[in-house]
Amino acid sequence: MNQTIGGVTVTPELLLFGAVAGAAALCAVGVVAFNNAIRSALCLVVNFFLLAFLYFTLNAEMLGITQVVVYTGAIMVLFLFVIMLLNLGAPQLLVEKRDPKKYIGVLLGAGMFVLLGSQLLPSLVKINAATLTPNLATFGGPEAIGRSLFTSYVYPFEAVSILLLIGIVGSILLAKRRV
Amino acid sequence: MADFVQHLHPVLQALIRAVLLVIPSLLLLPIIIWWERRLLSWMQDRIGPNRVGNITFSRTSKLVPSFLQGKKFRLFGLMQPMADFGKLLFKEDITPTAIDKLIYLTAPALALFPSFAIGGTIPWGPYRFLTPVGDVNIGVLYIMAISSLGVYGIVLAGYSANNKFSLMGGLRSSAQLISYELAMGMSLACIVMATGSLKPTEIVTAEHGPLWGLDVAPFNLIENWNILTPYGLVACIVFLICMVAETNRAPFDLPEAENELVAGYHTEYSSMKFAVFFMGEYAAMFAYGLILCTIFVGGWHLVPIRFAYMSHAFPAFGDIWNVLDTLNGSSILAPVWMVLKGLLIITSYIWIRATLPRLRYDQLMSLGWKSLLPLATVNLVVVAIWIVATKVSSPWIGWAAVAVSAVILYVLYQAINRLNTHDRVDLASREIVMVDEPPQRRELDLVDPAPATTV
Repeated sequence: MNQTIGGVTVTPELLLFGAVAGAAALCAVGVVAFNNAIRSALCLVVNFFLLAFLYFTLNAEMLGITQVVVYTGAIMVLFLFVIMLLNLGAPQLLVEKRDPKKYIGVLLGAGMFVLLGSQLLPSLVKINAATLTPNLATFGGPEAIGRSLFTSYVYPFEAVSILLLIGIVGSILLAKRRV
Repeated sequence: MADFVQHLHPVLQALIRAVLLVIPSLLLLPIIIWWERRLLSWMQDRIGPNRVGNITFSRTSKLVPSFLQGKKFRLFGLMQPMADFGKLLFKEDITPTAIDKLIYLTAPALALFPSFAIGGTIPWGPYRFLTPVGDVNIGVLYIMAISSLGVYGIVLAGYSANNKFSLMGGLRSSAQLISYELAMGMSLACIVMATGSLKPTEIVTAEHGPLWGLDVAPFNLIENWNILTPYGLVACIVFLICMVAETNRAPFDLPEAENELVAGYHTEYSSMKFAVFFMGEYAAMFAYGLILCTIFVGGWHLVPIRFAYMSHAFPAFGDIWNVLDTLNGSSILAPVWMVLKGLLIITSYIWIRATLPRLRYDQLMSLGWKSLLPLATVNLVVVAIWIVATKVSSPWIGWAAVAVSAVILYVLYQAINRLNTHDRVDLASREIVMVDEPPQRRELDLVDPAPATTV
């Protein structure tokens, strides 16, 4: 039933994954392509939302729902909030003409792309040969994530929480200065 | 029925489950709107809509069959929502010109989506093949995720209409939703910790166990509804307040405060686009009611009595207990009780709306951040202490630890409060000195104007 193209079996899950990934990539392009700041932010929202669906198709439910709660639900709302308050509604003022930053940016971006690709491609080629069979019943579930978070990774976890605390204290300090 | 559904293709099964979630919610919307208007008018000493749908047949016309002549049929105004819908449908659809059209048109849809999607993990009865839509391992987190998406519809509606009142409404709403989501998440986390599962179905199963986890005579006859446990009661109150705030209902309806902002975020929306916002609000109310039912008030059971256990404990009346158990929710009646409980919670929404005046913005923020969030966090600590004490020793010690820790935390709270307000004049509770004298008319010192000089 399922066709095989280039050693990859085409399943409905794979097609769904491809569709969602393509839409997410389009939205990512939209983030930088739109002149309107609100449109860009909305593209980022949709991109984050679709990323969550990518995680769902990869059986990482917990990661996907955390993506929606944290990024789509909280952080992007604050982004929109700030953009609306600043009212960045005049796109023609934001367009810069003949700026050397543009060309340097393109060069750096291409360099980054090559760097990432050189690291990613070898593992992508091997991914079908690898016999990676995680236990699908518990993979990506809250129990598995919680267990590894509070046993193997408890030190980085606590370090991140202290980092966040420092961030909160710092923001209060900055805000209090004006009062 | 079960066999028939279970032999269908999984995609069809999922579709059936989704339709069974959306259609009943949609069908209940007109009844909820009618109920709100009638109950509110009764509470405000008015009559409310009671005419639409009444039919009075002519007494003399030949076209009316004789058995109907002069008969009156009353529907108590139940058709009023239909009439309103017809009005909204045929109203002129005004679209302002200087707007962000794409966002303006998608905002109502974005506002409607979360209110129907949020019920996706809520079970309506003990039938796993029909409900919930997805019994995923992250059910409670799913509720949090979808409720956090609810802000987009309102914010984008407020922004895109290019109207300062709309924008103010949208900004107020986003600040409000973000603030109250934290306390809501904390109150749900208490129940998740106490139950040990993120699945709403497992939370309901745990709620049908013996009260407080004690297997002793008076306790094992009563179900362990979370609202009947000390921490669950606190979490339920916090959740109820946050729920009202999340659905933008009075007294938290600042985003659409009509005396300040015309109509808030939907000022520039008319006709069906406004109706979509309206529908979304009521559907969200109902969905949140179902969530409250599931997580705190025992799911689809009508009363918190364990009839199934009683038929074992008192086998003399075995059949009676079995019949009562069937009536209490182990049958097709389960969704009926679920809907009735949801409507009861909507009644409390309406009651709150009729009772409390709208909060001021600073009151709203201080309630969310200074009262509800600390309360929910302290509650979380109490639940953690309970879990540890129960695991280490026995359930009795666990409940003793809850009582002791609650007392200690209350004393700590009082001490901190006293330190905070030590030598500060408390402006909020400043005494008003009433002058104990009857009101007097200020006597004007009438000075005779200069005598008119005669020329």
